[in-house]
Amino acid sequence: MFQSLSDRLSGVFDKLTRRGSLSESDVNDAMREVRRALLEADVALDVVRDFTDKVKAKAVGANVVKSISPGQMVIKIVNDELVAMLGSDASPIDLNAQPPVTILMVGLQGSGKTTTTAKIGHRLTTRDKKKVLMASLDTRRPAAMEQLIILGHQITVDVLPIVAGQTPLQIAMRAQETARTGGFDVLLLDTAGRTTIDEELMDEVAEVKRATSPHEVLLVADALTGQDAVNTAKAFEARVGVTGIVLTRVDGDGRGGAALSMRAVTGRPIKLIGVGEKWDALEDFDPKRIAGRILGMGDIVGLVERAAQTLDAGKAMAIAEKMRKGSFDLDDLSEQLKQVEQLGGMGSIMGMMPGIGKMKKQIEAAGGIDEKMIKRQRAIISSMTPHERRNPKVLDGKRKRRVAAGSGTKPEDVNRLLKQHRDMADMMKMMKKTPGMMGKMAGMMGLGGGGGFGGGMGGGQPSAAELEAMQKELAQLDPQAIAQLPKDVQEALKALPKAGQQQASKTATLPGLGGGLPGLGGGRLPGLGGPALPKGSFPFGGRKK
Amino acid sequence: MSDEPEKKRGLFGRLFGGKPDDRAPGPETVADTPPSNAVVPAFEGGEGRDVPAGIPAAASTEELPAKQGWLQRLKAGLAKTSTKLSDGITGVFTKRKLDNETLEDLEDVLIQADLGLETTERVLATLRKTRFDKTIAPEEVRQVLAEEVERVLTPVAVPLRISGLNQPEVILFVGVNGTGKTTTIGKLAARFRTEGRSVLLAAGDTFRAAAIEQLSVWGERTGVRVVSREVGADAAGLAFDALSEAKRDKIDVLMIDTAGRLQNKKGLMEELEKVVRVLKKSDPTAPHQVLLVLDATTGQNAISQVEAFQLVAGVTGIVMTKLDGTARGGILVAISAKFKVPVVALGVGERVEDLQPFDAREFAQAIAQS
Ligand SMILES: Nc1nc2c(ncn2[C@@H]2O[C@H](COP(=O)(O)OP(=O)(O)OP(=O)(O)O)[C@@H](O)[C@H]2O)c(=O)[nH]1
Ligand SMILES: Nc1nc2c(ncn2[C@@H]2O[C@H](COP(=O)(O)OP(=O)(O)OP(=O)(O)O)[C@@H](O)[C@H]2O)c(=O)[nH]1
Ligand SMILES: [Mg+2]
Ligand SMILES: [Mg+2]
Repeated sequence: MFQSLSDRLSGVFDKLTRRGSLSESDVNDAMREVRRALLEADVALDVVRDFTDKVKAKAVGANVVKSISPGQMVIKIVNDELVAMLGSDASPIDLNAQPPVTILMVGLQGSGKTTTTAKIGHRLTTRDKKKVLMASLDTRRPAAMEQLIILGHQITVDVLPIVAGQTPLQIAMRAQETARTGGFDVLLLDTAGRTTIDEELMDEVAEVKRATSPHEVLLVADALTGQDAVNTAKAFEARVGVTGIVLTRVDGDGRGGAALSMRAVTGRPIKLIGVGEKWDALEDFDPKRIAGRILGMGDIVGLVERAAQTLDAGKAMAIAEKMRKGSFDLDDLSEQLKQVEQLGGMGSIMGMMPGIGKMKKQIEAAGGIDEKMIKRQRAIISSMTPHERRNPKVLDGKRKRRVAAGSGTKPEDVNRLLKQHRDMADMMKMMKKTPGMMGKMAGMMGLGGGGGFGGGMGGGQPSAAELEAMQKELAQLDPQAIAQLPKDVQEALKALPKAGQQQASKTATLPGLGGGLPGLGGGRLPGLGGPALPKGSFPFGGRKK
Repeated sequence: MSDEPEKKRGLFGRLFGGKPDDRAPGPETVADTPPSNAVVPAFEGGEGRDVPAGIPAAASTEELPAKQGWLQRLKAGLAKTSTKLSDGITGVFTKRKLDNETLEDLEDVLIQADLGLETTERVLATLRKTRFDKTIAPEEVRQVLAEEVERVLTPVAVPLRISGLNQPEVILFVGVNGTGKTTTIGKLAARFRTEGRSVLLAAGDTFRAAAIEQLSVWGERTGVRVVSREVGADAAGLAFDALSEAKRDKIDVLMIDTAGRLQNKKGLMEELEKVVRVLKKSDPTAPHQVLLVLDATTGQNAISQVEAFQLVAGVTGIVMTKLDGTARGGILVAISAKFKVPVVALGVGERVEDLQPFDAREFAQAIAQS
């Protein structure tokens, strides 16, 4: 649905001739795209306007470094400014007060207050060794108090017992008394959800705040919130006064523009983010990560984490080992395909990658990534005998027809799969001949070359120095050996030096992502069947200018 | 526990002047016999239908006054927030001709209602085509705007219907976390009881803390039985059992609650797929309705919510909740244009009576503020 900002800006600047600095009209064009990106990410309109004004002031006249495109330059300025506005310094919950330190949780209905209360309780208890008491002031929602009691039980944190008929204010006072006499360090007050135009309920929570003088008032807000984020944030800030914001459902695929809106209109820091329903799914806020999402630059960190969670590191290592030995058989290919499948399908992975919008279109134009194809290919492999899988060469016409019939495919499909496997095997052989490069490339293919799987993944994008080293290794390769490689692999290799030169450009980030995608090596996506990837686009970067 | 003080009366309560405590659930006096007519619109009118004792009469006769209330309520909400749609439009159009700059300002105004860029641009394209460079009165712009929005919304304004052909009619509720699934089930349970139908609820959220208790409270409030299992039990198995029970007891409507799930969680979406699959084993035509509950405060992500739940569970209708707040739910315009899924009801509060039929004109006018 959303095209990434980098794609759009490269579109804007493609039309321009390269100049040494950015003119005002260049920047104005770019700002229109930035505005779109921010709005599509649900950043509130007023906030967008302020933001683009700020960026414009910085961008006009900014010198464009030779190796960087104007689009890159603008993205960098936008990104830096976004991170600055989101708050570059972490601001954790402040417990620096006379115990019991009271923390009041407020927010709209269903935003995640009760869940977050338990998460914070869990964190303070286990990590900070605090004695925590939680109390629910929610006398309205059915079973709200039971919810907190159950959560308290699960995380072994004390919860104030229910006394029927008490008002929220009475409960709050009782909670403070209990916290004081019970020697608690921290008191967490969960409240009922309320709309900001419900005067009575806003009064009620303001009253609770006055009476309890909480050290922190945390506004709990849904990261999927749209333009209403400003209304909500302004109202809670004005009527109650908040000290920080907790953003929930950051584990969703929303772009999280609400973070910027709320931060901007309240001036309050985002202190924590909720990334799941379990009590340990609470993280410190990382402005860079959210900035990347808002701009549609892809959540690299998120991708890597997700990949690391989903993939079976052990199996990937075993495959890498086989690659090293040059004995990559069809069982291994099947395993690799399965891992790609487990990552959540190609569509969702690609959506998470920066600069991928254009490439996705090219791939779609070339016939598209057929997610069913992966399934089909695995079906083909599973219709083979173990012997055939280990020795694909024995597959003659007759056997191929049998495999095709067994997997409900056509003999052409079987041929295509075998060719894909051969190409990959060739690539492995090539790598075997050049030991230095092998680990690196295996790493890039997510198969745990070098520092094992984690290293291959977490290593992220290769540094300029690494790319340079790879170039050198490439130069030492026997040109004849290269000529024997499949065409797409050759092209991928040719594209490599470009990535090195343009290491600051957006396309150079692609090799890093290659690291997260097993089975995507060799410039050929499994599941893509016939056509190789568009020239030079993956995994070695270098979108041709 | 959850004895709500009666200080804040429900929308219907205020509209109809009924006693606040009329909200109390209907006792077991409701006839368990199925309605005799084959097709009874769940939301339309109320005249001539027997209202069981203990159920507020107002709840079934909301047609006329509710319209007013919905708009009034929205206007009240709108009036309290700072940058308002109406101010925006009036401000823009009393001054100038409908030129490019004006259209740009208007674009801002629509974006703030959460229509999204694409939909906003489409509305603007209509304006551009018909009115460009003409001096245009504020009322006229609002009119054009409302008409265009209404045009998009009209096809999806389809009230919730119980065909009467299925016994039970199985309604599955799906959506991301905290949107209002459980609450909407509670509200609808009361509605169906008012219409004289027998209802069974299935506590299919076996994951979230106190989700079962929450639905049980709604069951007590509405005098409806709730089928539940222990925490952590298989939701699909529970749904299957509930359906068997509903069949055995000749229940008219079975509503199945599910745990909230973000649409990008593959495992959780598969689990939902399984619920649907297992239901079909018992009744190949079930679930007869799959209602996606959307939160009005949600921004552009709502589009991908519809897309994903559609794919996995085959959404047949949308309920948009929390329209009693400051959010206008303009994303519904984009969703209607794109998916054409019926919008069967709106949630306008936390009480049992805070559920309204969706009316395209009202919604459009609320957005255009005419
Ligand atoms: N995926 C995800 N779900 C969350 C997160 N935080 C909360 N939830 C879910 O959101 C739903 C609502 O959470 P609650 O904690 O009950 O929200 P609340 O603000 O207390 O709700 P009210 O008390 O009714 O206003 C539940 O299903 C939670 O499991 C999060 O960070 N990620
Ligand atoms: N203001 C308002 N609040 C609502 C409306 N509908 C539901 N709520 C509130 O929103 C919160 C969440 O509602 P639930 O029904 O628990 O939502 P859910 O989708 O079942 O949540 P999970 O099961 O946790 O995913 C509760 O506090 C409800 O009272 C509505 O139309 N307006
Ligand atoms: Mg709560
Ligand atoms: Mg629920």
